[in-house]
Amino acid sequence: MYPENLYYSQDHEWLKIEGEEAILGITDFAQKQLGDIIFVDLPAVGKTVEAHQAIATVESVKSVSDIYSPVAGEVVQVNQEVAQTPELINRDPHGQGWILRLKIKDKSELNKLMKAGDYEKFLEGLEH
Amino acid sequence: MKKTRLYQVHKEAGARLIEFAGWEMPVEYRGLIDEHLAVRTKAGLFDVSHMGEIIVDGPEALALVQYLTPNDASKLLPGQIQYSALTTDEGTFVDDLLVYCLSVPDKYLLVVNAANTDKDFAWVKDKAASFKVKATNESDRYSQLALQGPLAQEILQPLTDLDLSQMKTFHFAYGQVAGIDSLVSRTGYTGEDGFEIYTLSEKPDVIWKAIVAKGEPLGLQPIGLGARDTLRLEAKLMLYGNDISDKTTVLEADLKWIVKFQKGDFLGKAVLEKQLAEGLKKKLVGFEVVDRGIARPHYPVYIGGQKVSEVCSGSYGPYVKKAIGLVYLPIEFTAIGTELEIGIRDKMVKARVVPTPFYKREKK
Repeated sequence: MYPENLYYSQDHEWLKIEGEEAILGITDFAQKQLGDIIFVDLPAVGKTVEAHQAIATVESVKSVSDIYSPVAGEVVQVNQEVAQTPELINRDPHGQGWILRLKIKDKSELNKLMKAGDYEKFLEGLEH
Repeated sequence: MKKTRLYQVHKEAGARLIEFAGWEMPVEYRGLIDEHLAVRTKAGLFDVSHMGEIIVDGPEALALVQYLTPNDASKLLPGQIQYSALTTDEGTFVDDLLVYCLSVPDKYLLVVNAANTDKDFAWVKDKAASFKVKATNESDRYSQLALQGPLAQEILQPLTDLDLSQMKTFHFAYGQVAGIDSLVSRTGYTGEDGFEIYTLSEKPDVIWKAIVAKGEPLGLQPIGLGARDTLRLEAKLMLYGNDISDKTTVLEADLKWIVKFQKGDFLGKAVLEKQLAEGLKKKLVGFEVVDRGIARPHYPVYIGGQKVSEVCSGSYGPYVKKAIGLVYLPIEFTAIGTELEIGIRDKMVKARVVPTPFYKREKK
């Protein structure tokens, strides 16, 4: 279910590492909790962010949720496709529904994140 | 938390349940947007058993209702229903409600908001002390289902002995639905045609299941509180606590049509008359967001850089496909087309005053 090549946070974001950069999105669990996503508020390219700081906002019909960057970095690209078609996040949260690309400040911060198996166990824990 | 008699049905249907006004209620089944559109284009079935039912019974029941509400209940014949309000001395809202005339002049059913049932009952009971009336809170005895949407009549007719083609809007009759004794009214909270079914039966799930069996092949879906809220907002139906409260008068809420000054005395009449004579200082209007963004309750509203108000109800309207909302504005800014700005997080987003309702169904 959850791709092995991604890192996961307790706030239900995922990161895909490509060299010194990371693609950031929200997990399938997160999109299911939110329901139909109808609006994505993206940051400007060049914005810097600290770990655990809000970097974007997604809205469903009834809720507003901040997306936190699991690591510090600088926004180098945002996904204009999800700005136009927010339901991409519901349809393909770990793929086409990616949100933005960061230049990572300190890759050692990735050690604090979960791999797929740990994230799945974390989710099981939430259900009880 | 209280559970309705349909709780198990919702569980089985895979509903996501939330706490609402002390009740554990379904907020969503298949998905809010899907559900919303089903009601607009086909049909939807709601469990609204959390709503409050107060019966006033006695020779002065009509006199009490006339005193408690601004609309003219003396116009009602048995089988007729009226939208009205419970008003304070200040002409503000204790609640909004439906008045069902069961018998003239001695028996009326007041259907009130779940979140206000206890407060309303205490209010009615207190006022009833000076009338020859007994007020009883029947809320826990009643289950209430709402079947809404253009196919509502087609789905319900085969299940009932009532001739629904003869039932006009805001009328009701007693009959059986799926063999269960019920009160069926042509009312709702969605802006669509539809029915609300009240029953004292312990088995309202029989009705629920029969409607689902009949309706699902035609596109009916069960509908949660999430879509109930967006449906009512598109139709500009009031939500107590968001759009109306004990801080806003019936006239400010733009509900002058339920205020009948000629009918005699009622709570808040003097204040409302004065307000009408002097002119309103603020009024509830609809707006749509012009830029990208969704205005939510309590977001600040600005005109010419000055904060003038806060959003009451605000959401995305899945059928009108726009971010819409309601706001009280100083009367000089209530003209259609007035430009507003709404503070959404760190941005100022353009919006404008528009005609309401945001959605109006086409009459057949």
